[in-house]
Amino acid sequence: MTIKKNKKEKLLEILFLFFAFLSNILLVGIIIILFKESLPLFKEIKVLDFLLGRHWYPTYDPPEFGILPLILGSLWVTIGSLLVAVPLGLGAAIYISEIASTNLKEILKPAVEVLAGIPSVVLGFFGMVVIAPFLQNVFKLPTGLNALNASILLGIMAIPTITSISEDCISAVPRGFKEASYALGANRWETMIKVTVPAAFSGISSAVILGMGRAIGETMTVLMVAGGAAIIPHSFLQPVRTMTATIAAEMGETAIGSDHYFALFGIAVVLFILTLIFNIIADLVAQRFRKRIV
Amino acid sequence: MSKIIKSISILSILILTAGNLLAAGQKLTMSGSTTVLPIAQKAAEEFMNEHPDVDISVRGGGSGVGVAAIMDGTVDIGNASRAAKAKEIATARGKGVSMVGTVVAKDGICIIVNKANSINSISLETAKKIYTGEISKWSEAGGSGGTIVIISRDTASGTFEVFNEKVLKGSKVREDAMMLASNQAILTSVSSTPGAIGYIGLGYVTDEVKPLVVNGVTASKETVISGKYPVSRPLYMYTNGAPKGLAKQFLDYLLSPTGQKLVEEVGFIAVK
Repeated sequence: MTIKKNKKEKLLEILFLFFAFLSNILLVGIIIILFKESLPLFKEIKVLDFLLGRHWYPTYDPPEFGILPLILGSLWVTIGSLLVAVPLGLGAAIYISEIASTNLKEILKPAVEVLAGIPSVVLGFFGMVVIAPFLQNVFKLPTGLNALNASILLGIMAIPTITSISEDCISAVPRGFKEASYALGANRWETMIKVTVPAAFSGISSAVILGMGRAIGETMTVLMVAGGAAIIPHSFLQPVRTMTATIAAEMGETAIGSDHYFALFGIAVVLFILTLIFNIIADLVAQRFRKRIV
Repeated sequence: MSKIIKSISILSILILTAGNLLAAGQKLTMSGSTTVLPIAQKAAEEFMNEHPDVDISVRGGGSGVGVAAIMDGTVDIGNASRAAKAKEIATARGKGVSMVGTVVAKDGICIIVNKANSINSISLETAKKIYTGEISKWSEAGGSGGTIVIISRDTASGTFEVFNEKVLKGSKVREDAMMLASNQAILTSVSSTPGAIGYIGLGYVTDEVKPLVVNGVTASKETVISGKYPVSRPLYMYTNGAPKGLAKQFLDYLLSPTGQKLVEEVGFIAVK
């Protein structure tokens, strides 16, 4: 009986080992394909011309494959989304963990997390028909499809990530920290701002960086509301074009095996590396955080 | 343990049988241009009504996808809103595929402005100047609404390609032009933006926007078919070699008077 059970366990172990490796194999496969499919482009143009070129005219003759406006467009809306999401998300996290009553907390936290479940295409539609006309009227703009619109929507999408993780980190700050602060005569506000939040700082930073990764990789919403002009952005009120939107809009229409096709994979590689960097930083910061608390 | 194996094998047998049953009828697969998609879908529905044993699956993806799918032999019909490029035909030949295109419908591209704009007609020259950035005020183009907001389709789309060929003639769209991803997005933006100009397929024009007369010709079925309207294009269905079997039956149906009526129902222009 015991031998049989061991056998069964061994079998299951192998099965789960396979599952664990499967996702890694898939990841490696995706990376190989990304690089393989983008390499032929660099026989035609230099890597630096690709990364720093200022003009994206992929279908003209001769084509120009400069993705600097796209990289900046992506970073621009990502930074904009953080300006929206960090104050709101962090504020919500502080309120939920430090101020709200237990009952309220039990309603608020899941409610914020539901926000993460709204499909991006729905948010994009909301941006097109509600936010765009609003921005157009308020700022007297020729068009409401611009970086600001995309930033607001991406901010809304990043809030759940930032709130949820920050809240966990703030709650994890040891009670002793707060009690020591009260003992020294600090009031609640002073304790919160000068002790609790700084103690959770690295956890909060990793939450922000993860939110950033969410924003930079988002596709559908920015495709719908960012306006799509491949220019180097100077203002949040201008239309911009992101890397993700470019891949999504152009991949379906390009001839497979053309330079344009390889260039789109090249953009995907750049995007992949950027997101990877964000994730690694978030991981490092989170590790430091764990060490400090223990 | 043996129970699990038993249930898994029963399940797989069930799935396999179900798969076989479904595959019993004849199958036709097609994918490609989203412009051609409504035509393909409508025709497929009607064709399946008349031939219950036939199963047609229609997918979008874009003209590039349609052409590539024919090259790779993954579909029977590849839809495209442009003619296959020389490079694509060469690649296909390398794979032993000869691409044959059948024109199933025609599409006119309308230049549209906001309804509040006083302009009613435009010349191809002026349209080109607007899109390349030589003219940036409506007052210089004979309209009203202040600064011109240029809205274009993505440079990879079939619609852009036709606009580029017929209007821009290879000149570059000014860089700060908005590039939107669908006909619908352009329609929505133009109708809500007083200074906007955009272009969309004739089938997408509604009374929320004002279509402009181009070079003195109004976009309509008659002017597109006669070739008088300058911004128009044929829509293709590609096959590997001359269409045969079910693909031929389907294309014959689409080109018959009944099929061509369907083309008009979804807003395009019949070729016959």
